[in-house]
Amino acid sequence: MNAREEVLARLRAARDAGAPRDGVPPTPRDYRRTGTLAPGSAEVVDRLAETLTDYKATVHRVADEDEVSAAVAGVLEDAGVTTFVAPPGLPARWLGEVTARVRPDEPPLSVARLDEVDAVVTGAAVAIADTGTFVLDASAPDQGRRAISLVPDHHVCVVRAADVVSSVPEALARLDPSRPLTFVSGPSATSDIELDRVEGVHGPRRLDVVLVGPM
Amino acid sequence: MTTDLGMPTTAPDGVGFLRGTESFPVAAHRALADTQLRRNLGHATRTIRGKRARVVAEVPDWEELRRAGEAIKADTMARLPELLEQLEEAVTARGGVVHWARDASEANAVVASLVRGTGADEVVKVKSIATQEIGLNEALAEQGIAATETDLAELIVQLSDDRPSHFLVPAIHRNRSEIRDIFLRALPGVDPDLTDEPRRLAMAARAHLRRKFLSARVGISGANFAAADTGTISVVESEGNGRMCLTLPDTLITVMGVEKVVPRWSDMEVFLQLLPRSSTAERMNPYTSTWSGVTPGDGPQAFHLVLLDNGRSNVLASPEGRAALHCIRCSACLNVCPVYERAGGHAYGSVYPGPIGAVLSPQLTGISGPDDPNASLPYASSLCGACFDACPVRIDIPNLLVQQRAASIASHRTPTAQDVAMRTVAAAMVSPARFRAAERVLGLGRFAGRSGRIRFLPYPGSQWTSARDLPAPPAETFRQWWKRTRGSQS
Repeated sequence: MNAREEVLARLRAARDAGAPRDGVPPTPRDYRRTGTLAPGSAEVVDRLAETLTDYKATVHRVADEDEVSAAVAGVLEDAGVTTFVAPPGLPARWLGEVTARVRPDEPPLSVARLDEVDAVVTGAAVAIADTGTFVLDASAPDQGRRAISLVPDHHVCVVRAADVVSSVPEALARLDPSRPLTFVSGPSATSDIELDRVEGVHGPRRLDVVLVGPM
Repeated sequence: MTTDLGMPTTAPDGVGFLRGTESFPVAAHRALADTQLRRNLGHATRTIRGKRARVVAEVPDWEELRRAGEAIKADTMARLPELLEQLEEAVTARGGVVHWARDASEANAVVASLVRGTGADEVVKVKSIATQEIGLNEALAEQGIAATETDLAELIVQLSDDRPSHFLVPAIHRNRSEIRDIFLRALPGVDPDLTDEPRRLAMAARAHLRRKFLSARVGISGANFAAADTGTISVVESEGNGRMCLTLPDTLITVMGVEKVVPRWSDMEVFLQLLPRSSTAERMNPYTSTWSGVTPGDGPQAFHLVLLDNGRSNVLASPEGRAALHCIRCSACLNVCPVYERAGGHAYGSVYPGPIGAVLSPQLTGISGPDDPNASLPYASSLCGACFDACPVRIDIPNLLVQQRAASIASHRTPTAQDVAMRTVAAAMVSPARFRAAERVLGLGRFAGRSGRIRFLPYPGSQWTSARDLPAPPAETFRQWWKRTRGSQS
């Protein structure tokens, strides 16, 4: 018997030997599948701004997409960013007023080049207000492959109100698991020393979120 | 132990870290004498208990989520082989390669051979208890492959040639000044003026590891969850070291205990709510990465998934005991356990410490007899029940502890003093007449000291009093009292 056959044979025997006498009850799904705040509403965006801030992301609110470029430009200038990487499909209008030099990830930049740029600007697939999370879909043109939002030390993420939901189940329902996904909740952090939280370890140490939508 | 081909099997001895070298009471006595350790543990567990309580209270459907998590895990165990085959099919369809390992040695050999195949002699690792369980770093070192732990606490443990003592915070037994001393001693190129401020310490680790991340060719990880329907693996982390190891190398090798599979991707909606709040006591951990096989142009272009038995089939074969496989390694039970808080993780010997470790380790290894260190683990509890209340998937750990105590007794080939004591009690309790006689003869009160507590009893009672005292019984037994006060009425 090879390892595969033997492990499976052991598990089949164990499955039957250890089967509960009364069988396995169906999984109760009476937890909340939808959140308390409507997707895309002013209330859900307000709550997201709060939970993002709780985990040390810096939130910038703008009313509509015309204002994104000024907000992004302001964030990059404040941080002294001279070069930043952008995924190939980042909307050009988000960068209209930006003066820092953009390096498009097309053709893909080497890890060494990514390490030289000061920041990255991306969109997001969905954001979760309950937890202060946004999710990056590596196959989405405005979010890009995983390395570009990981190696630069400063991440600027633009989140549209239409993509903001209240709860984790609502967010998962909008995501495609066949694509690499990264759930981001605040800048990288560690609590490994006396459970004292320190923000900023290996992932981007600075996280700015530009929230687009009703205020 | 005999191994029957294809039958549930315990983890073999001699490789990995599922069993310590001394019993829990012996190890715990030493740990209790270490006041620094007790202070470090007390501070850390108190901090996280408070935080966890606050973020759990925010979730109005917490109990419904716990019940769903429990049921999903029970369903998984009931069809584990089918789900693993489904997972294998989904991962393979997306360009991954699935390997199966009967035990620690086989898993280590598979990983070593995969690393050698890439030509690399260095790997970066995401924190993974499964790879600690099998002693992977040691096995790779024997093959001339250097494994670098990249989680901050794991790095602290590795640099000090120590062992992890907690699932979430493996260096929980160390305080900031001890960590500074370890870095000053063992971190290459460290600033000699390093202070013990946590931020400075984290930045020193960042500087040390960044070069390794950016040049790594092979990454090794564990898995928190693997969805059978889509072949999607999840790694839940905080520092970004996980993202580095999962994204930048050309080759990714994930070692996963077979019990980590879940039936559906949509089940993640339950676990991504339960795990972070129970573990780091956050609404969500900073980073969760999910991937399915290989994605052209993004991340590792070679992905290997190693599915590990190493005793899990033995746990699954027990109708009650299999609930120990439901564990999602959040460490909430460690943080609320009065025994763990005082004794620390090392006293348990195994890489799985605390209440869940006390029921999981003996089932993974089996118990060879009364002198097996793992035979002592089910007694490392006062059965207070705090672990059950904290468990996000409602594992009835107190009940499992009692069952494992029974299994530990059953493993005795020759009677121990406790067996003799229990048989004596049993003999006395078979009939009211015998019990009456025993009560009169025993007269335990004569052993009571001035405090009214019994601190010493002759053998076999000494088995009890060597570890704890007991209150002196009243001068009059219940039966005597009943007869005196109510007897005339009956």
